[in-house]
Amino acid sequence: MTDGALLIVKPGLLTTVQDLGRYGHQASGVPVAGPMDTFSHRIANQLVGNAIEAATIEITLTGPELIVEADTTMAIAGGQFEVTCDDRPLAIGASFAATRGQRIKFGRVLEGARAYLAVAGGVQTEPLLGSRATHLVSHMGGFKGRALAAGDRVPIANDPRPRALRKSVGLTLPTKGRALLRVMPGPQADWFHPDALRTIAGVSFRISPQSNRMGYRLQGPPLARAREDELISEPLGIGAIQVPAAGEPILLMADRQTAGGYPKIGYVISADLPLAGQLAPGDFIEFHVCTHQEAVTALISRERQLLRYADLKDAS
Amino acid sequence: MLLVELEPAIDPVINERAILLASRIRDRRARGVRDVAPGYSTLGIHYDPLQTDLAALEAAIEQEFAALASLDAIADRAAIEIPVTYGGVAGPDLDAVAAHAGCSTADVIARHSERTYRVYMLGFVPGFAYMGRVDPSIAAPRHRVPRERVPAGSVGIAGLQTGVYPVDSPGGWQLIGHTRTVMFDANRERPSLLAAGDVVRFVPAGKR
Repeated sequence: MTDGALLIVKPGLLTTVQDLGRYGHQASGVPVAGPMDTFSHRIANQLVGNAIEAATIEITLTGPELIVEADTTMAIAGGQFEVTCDDRPLAIGASFAATRGQRIKFGRVLEGARAYLAVAGGVQTEPLLGSRATHLVSHMGGFKGRALAAGDRVPIANDPRPRALRKSVGLTLPTKGRALLRVMPGPQADWFHPDALRTIAGVSFRISPQSNRMGYRLQGPPLARAREDELISEPLGIGAIQVPAAGEPILLMADRQTAGGYPKIGYVISADLPLAGQLAPGDFIEFHVCTHQEAVTALISRERQLLRYADLKDAS
Repeated sequence: MLLVELEPAIDPVINERAILLASRIRDRRARGVRDVAPGYSTLGIHYDPLQTDLAALEAAIEQEFAALASLDAIADRAAIEIPVTYGGVAGPDLDAVAAHAGCSTADVIARHSERTYRVYMLGFVPGFAYMGRVDPSIAAPRHRVPRERVPAGSVGIAGLQTGVYPVDSPGGWQLIGHTRTVMFDANRERPSLLAAGDVVRFVPAGKR
């Protein structure tokens, strides 16, 4: 049911269509992609009454300006952007009724780095291999396999029926561009000097400008290897902290490749990946080593947060 | 992601076990398991931690692995032929590989095309198959500085590995030829021409 569209007037820095990712084809080398902050993507969907699998629009640091070409319900969740609808301020983490012709304009981001714009019924670009997620390097999925550009008309569901307006408790965003991320030892943790795990836990790493949706290059003390063998390429997951020979770690994010040959000292736990997704070049990461049980407990409490949203009685 | 490690070696039988293990785990369709991908001697199981019974998954892996322990040979399978135009603008490193090997370009072409290769795994970009094992005499190392753009269809060598670039991408392999075969197309029924475990033969253009 596609009828309406979002007309992109200004695209912003990097605005892409994302859903939960293209799983099921990594054996063919097809990367997963998906939101950098899956948690806020899900909140945005829940705010408009969508299933969490629906596609949203991911907005990065400098947001877009767009015209809504349908009557629909929308919501923005994630980073604290200044946003207006026809010059009236919009709240992050709440749904709103949008009418045909209204102009939504993103301004500065005050905290965090990415926001997710959801529309009732979801963004309706053509799915590819079962997903609408955009993978930029392989030009797959989303809107023509690329970031949105001025003049694009992004198809959205035709869903004008009014939905309950809601607001949500969102992700606790990194403050002043710093985040503490919990890690579990990776499959090659023993390839490093015994102090390396303690080293990554004791200092701040700065996210280098050469960072993107594939991964964050981290500037900090080099991590000394205990063995110099070449690792045979093996499958990779999101959150892996891989360390090339030069010793500067790379935190792998949504657009990572499916496999790689650098040893992995650790993995950021699932519960903390959304927080990582709210960081930008120049921000700082501190790591804290945790156990599998702590990781599971953290994820359960993160999931409980998703249940905490409320209908807005006085809205419209 | 759960990483299952077999013996760390580039070996056809170990690789076959990893591929079969991946396929058996996938076929179980266990709740929470999103994707299973084999590597050379490993497999990655991508799962949703809140939906997956990890202890049951680990027990299933042990059980399936035990059932594969007796596998010590690989059944013959028909080679998938990939026609290649060697050298010229689309194979700019053919001369350098010949110099590395101390032989003629015709020898490089013969040595590259006279054997069959096993597809050990796919990765890097959609449809990129890591194949081996290349004749050691022509196993030229990859470029120290990768090219910013390698055209789709380029056939390359990196040490004992050979492969075909499915899409335009950066790449450091020694490019010895070009194929018009489409390695990956998301819109066809089987998007990737090659899967792990396949056997490939490169056929010099005009020799078929």
